[in-house]
Amino acid sequence: MASITGLTCKTFAPISLFLRSLRKSLPKNLVRNASAFTFHPQDPDKSLGETAKMNLFQSLTNAMDIALATDQTAVIFGEDVAFGGVFRCTVGLADKYGKDRVFNTPLCEQGIVGFGIGMASVGATAIAEIQFADYIYPAYDQIVNEAAKFRYRSGNQFNVGGLTVRSPWGAVGHGALYHSQSPEAAFASCPGLKVVIPRGPTQAKGLLLSCIRDRNPCIYFEPKVLYRAAVEEVPVQDYMIPLSQAEVILEGNDITLVGWGTQVHVLWEVAELAKEKLGVSCELIDLQTILPWDEETVVKSVQKTGRLLIAHEAPLTGGFAAEIASTIQEQCFLHLECPIQRVCGWDTPFPHIFEPFYLPDKWRCLEAIRKAVNY
Amino acid sequence: MFSGIVSRVSSLSSSSSKKAVVCTLLRSYSSTVNEASLSVTPYKLHKLDEGPNTETTLTRDDALKYYREMQVIRRMETAAGTLYKSKEIRGFCHLYSGQEACCVGIQNALTLDDAIITAYRAHGWAYMRGISVHGILAELTGRKTGCAKGKGGSMHMYAKNFYGGNGIVGAQVPLGAGIALAHQYRNDNTVCVTLYGDGAANQGQIFEAFNMSKLWDLPCIYVCENNKYGMGTAVERAAASTDYYTRGDYIPGIWIDGMDVIAVREATKFSKEYCLSGKGPLVLEVETYRYHGHSMSDPGTSYRTREEVQEVRQQRDPISSFRSRIVEANLVTEAELKDVDKDVRKEVDDAVGKAKSDPRPAITETYTHVYHNTPGYSVRGCDAFSVHASS
Repeated sequence: MASITGLTCKTFAPISLFLRSLRKSLPKNLVRNASAFTFHPQDPDKSLGETAKMNLFQSLTNAMDIALATDQTAVIFGEDVAFGGVFRCTVGLADKYGKDRVFNTPLCEQGIVGFGIGMASVGATAIAEIQFADYIYPAYDQIVNEAAKFRYRSGNQFNVGGLTVRSPWGAVGHGALYHSQSPEAAFASCPGLKVVIPRGPTQAKGLLLSCIRDRNPCIYFEPKVLYRAAVEEVPVQDYMIPLSQAEVILEGNDITLVGWGTQVHVLWEVAELAKEKLGVSCELIDLQTILPWDEETVVKSVQKTGRLLIAHEAPLTGGFAAEIASTIQEQCFLHLECPIQRVCGWDTPFPHIFEPFYLPDKWRCLEAIRKAVNY
Repeated sequence: MFSGIVSRVSSLSSSSSKKAVVCTLLRSYSSTVNEASLSVTPYKLHKLDEGPNTETTLTRDDALKYYREMQVIRRMETAAGTLYKSKEIRGFCHLYSGQEACCVGIQNALTLDDAIITAYRAHGWAYMRGISVHGILAELTGRKTGCAKGKGGSMHMYAKNFYGGNGIVGAQVPLGAGIALAHQYRNDNTVCVTLYGDGAANQGQIFEAFNMSKLWDLPCIYVCENNKYGMGTAVERAAASTDYYTRGDYIPGIWIDGMDVIAVREATKFSKEYCLSGKGPLVLEVETYRYHGHSMSDPGTSYRTREEVQEVRQQRDPISSFRSRIVEANLVTEAELKDVDKDVRKEVDDAVGKAKSDPRPAITETYTHVYHNTPGYSVRGCDAFSVHASS
């Protein structure tokens, strides 16, 4: 199949020559391995007082610092967390609060979570780190069968509300099969759990403190590509952002875009592109909490716009977009102007070298918007 | 440590390799011997009355072979490190440098009909199971010519009876028990060597596998490659017992100096015979050391000192200690080893060149091999205009 680029080059020789010379000037091994996105920092909330410049991992450290300082029962544990963790999220905490409150565990995910459930069931605040979301599956049984059901099965005599499991999540540009996955949907069918994913430092701090203090077991996924890339002026004081509340980032009239984590930034750029290239006004929603999710905000938005696009990195089939789409078609059936668009990872394992092809990048999202508005 | 080498002067060297014969004619290595007897670092035994031989013989051909194999792995890993730093390699990359005597010693007591399954530090193993340096490096750089078609990357390499390369810590161990059962069922006199690290030794599924394999007396040799650090955590900070060879409890075990390739070979020979005699599994602890960090993103110096790494390199390096041993035993000459080094350098350099320039897999490979005979379907490309059909 002849591509448009190919045709252009044949027709306009000078352009073709120019392109060729341009290509020659590029390094030979230049390969775009990661899907490009632009981080959109959040304006500091003036009502929260003094701020400091922090990237995502620093804001998480800050949140955990506050958690340890304000709750004497809080402990942090996981693989390598005592010396800061592989992504540096717990740097300095062991020195500040002691080895009995911030400590390393052996490499045993099932044991780590089970241990945390035990602690939390006594009433302590257990903050466990699973080194990569890809490694959470050995602990899946403990999370799904023990943590999520403890309250229900004991008729509320016991609960593990003090448990929070943090884990780096999502694509990072070169993670390949086992350092890139986004398993949020796997936990979305476990009533009793809360699943939360932040998109930037300010939000991350408030949401993590909410998770730690929430009286339900929480899974908190951290977009690892943002650890260093995302920098904002973060309020230094103790604050929380409510769970299960989506945030409307941009208001618009023609289509609602829903995402979480890194994908919010992709969709942000898409919204700008859609306005510029297609004259389409997008309403952008960051879902923030995957379970239980904020149905109301999305429903309200789709009733206004009549169109919905949901994008996530996890594979299309059985991804959380499917759940949202299904709810929205039920709640907003007569408001919908076109089929709900899902732009997601393909139904393949996360690829080693085809990451940009796999990811729901801005071009795929833009194309879906075009399709939706032209339906 | 490597004392007790006694050269036994037999006939003059006559290597089976044509190249070595030529060398002999040209340079007249009249001083080398065909065979030497030597003793290995003593073993520690758990629930075994008798252990592997501590006195054995080493032939000149084997000495050259093991030396070459270890050198190839060392050089290949250095090249992989460089390729990673120049961003030719994506994904995660765990280097085997320092541990060469483990895979070389074990494989040289096995045949390619025996099965191997290991974790993510798989490059050395892939080489020992017959994958070329080019096949390995091209896999790392994600090329079509890689041993997994560029689809696996660092942690995922496979060959006949080599079940890979696994990314999840400890996940391969129960698989090893299953592989061993299948071999037992076939009655083909083979074993499965199931490898894991000291970090993985604390995963629960290891103990599930131990129980099953002893319950059914499976021909499975569990090998804990103890390189002293589970990522950034020293063994004694992660394990209640660091005597990994005893941690099969009711399964007998052997501690082996993993820097001594001959000790590893002898112990593996013993273990294979033991398993095939119907006595069931064994747990070996091969004590070794990794020179690089856990992966490329770990400089490997925040949880141990540079001096510690340097000391192992100088005093216990599996290659240089083996080198001085075989030279001392007159099995080979320094000049011959220099030729080997030169040859190895060329082999690795050539492979690096190809791994950088080979074609990448077609984009359609993204969605092949998801299922058996993945049904054909089309996927739109990265731009709005191209469509890719699966073949």
